[in-house]
Amino acid sequence: MGFEKFGRKSFTGMTKTGKFVDFLSEGKVEGTVCKKCGARYFPPRADCAACFSSDMDWFEMPKKGSLETFTIAYYAPYGFEKDCPYSMGVVDFGNNLKLFARLSSDLKPEDIKVGMDVSVRPVQYDDGQLSFEIVKV
Amino acid sequence: MPKDVAVIGVGQSYFVRGYEGSIRELAFEAFREAMQDAGITTKDVDASVFCSAPEYDKQRSPAGVLAEYLGLIPQPTFYIETVCSSSSTGVKVAYSMIKSGLHDVVVVLGFQKMSEITSAESQERMGRGADIQWEAPFGTMMPAYYALYAQAYMAKNGLTHEDLMNVRLKSATYGQINERAVYRKGVKPEDFDPKNPDARMAGLVAWPLRVGDACANADGSSCVILANAEKAKIFSKKPVWILGIGAASEAVNMASRPDFSKGLSVGYKAAEQAYKMAGVTPKDIKVAEVHDCFTIAEIMAYEGLGFAPMGEGKQLIREKATYKEGPIPVNVDGGLLSKGHPIGATGGSQIRTIVLQLRGEAGPMQVPGEPDIGLVHNVGGVGLYGNVTIFGR
Repeated sequence: MGFEKFGRKSFTGMTKTGKFVDFLSEGKVEGTVCKKCGARYFPPRADCAACFSSDMDWFEMPKKGSLETFTIAYYAPYGFEKDCPYSMGVVDFGNNLKLFARLSSDLKPEDIKVGMDVSVRPVQYDDGQLSFEIVKV
Repeated sequence: MPKDVAVIGVGQSYFVRGYEGSIRELAFEAFREAMQDAGITTKDVDASVFCSAPEYDKQRSPAGVLAEYLGLIPQPTFYIETVCSSSSTGVKVAYSMIKSGLHDVVVVLGFQKMSEITSAESQERMGRGADIQWEAPFGTMMPAYYALYAQAYMAKNGLTHEDLMNVRLKSATYGQINERAVYRKGVKPEDFDPKNPDARMAGLVAWPLRVGDACANADGSSCVILANAEKAKIFSKKPVWILGIGAASEAVNMASRPDFSKGLSVGYKAAEQAYKMAGVTPKDIKVAEVHDCFTIAEIMAYEGLGFAPMGEGKQLIREKATYKEGPIPVNVDGGLLSKGHPIGATGGSQIRTIVLQLRGEAGPMQVPGEPDIGLVHNVGGVGLYGNVTIFGR
């Protein structure tokens, strides 16, 4: 419940990881960690693929990572046209933990570089949709 | 080197924008050519496999509908989908059906009519071929995903926009001589020059990829007919054998992907299996079709297939090694970039090209030296699925 509030436009209404959106509203970006075997997941999962447990806890994503790669979309799929151009990228936090998101719209294209230090924070759009974005440290 | 299952017939429709007919009529075009090529009748066919990516047309469960139109009922039929690699997956399944002894002759038919929806709608559907729960909400699309790989690769390996352009110039060279291609115009460097107001290829789609770095949407169909050794010897004067098949999958979410500068993992994992099964090495491949949905994808494929060391794929295009006269000709039918990419039909079309090359029947696209071993590399989604198939005479 409530997952339709995630992102610019959600394609999923219901998920057992819906609490992720509540965390965003509290200012936190969280992944899940398996209570039984300790496997960590981002994006969050309700079930552990390593040990089949469904007993999961939440953990807050690290504050500092490196921008592994990025793109700037000058053409958008149906329903996202008004946001163009927007950038998206992958952050590598180390220890096999990565994250994919949009980059903050206040970052100019010429300021985005592969390898730069970045962080991640929740963001709320004017229409109330909740997401998270990559920001420069 | 196994010679248990052979391709005995291949067919392909013209790849076009706005096919003037329905999907069953589109499917019939490739089917008729493949059946006439094989010289068989519908009674000789044991089973059929239909392949496409869903949601481009309105037909649900297309296999039964198309099988009826092609005259392939009451034989068993079903549908296979791995988006852009659907029809090479269909060939893998048909190979298994024959190898198991359940069937003797199987038709694999790939089709796609993309023109029923707009380009933006098409991008939205393609984006939903990735992770709809965690990524599509950001406004993802295929060019943006491949751009992530391009950006990481360029930053690490010194690949330039000019290198990417040169991949497009090569495909356009062959698109012009392939009468079945959707994009038959030549492309010149000035078409990529942002200072040129008439530059067709220079517009940015998803940095660093431009219009000219992207393949062409198209409507089209392809057909591959497979047979066991006994039937192949009866029906075919020039059977082309499947020597090796490899297939792999990868995490859908970009957050779960390994190093982006190293390309798509499915490519090299599938290649490793196919080479091992065929008992050949990259040096034995005389002609190849690779999945160049974007220019960067062709460069990454050179490395994944072992045609170039990691990070050195750019040298092959700089030295024109993958042109028709080069040591390892790649996509000499125009590739996805110029021939076009009607999603579900693409793998079968690639296979048709290699089969014609090995038979010496590729016409103006024929590579010199009577090639005896060829390879097809077909990727689904953003490296979500990958198939590598090796063929030999």
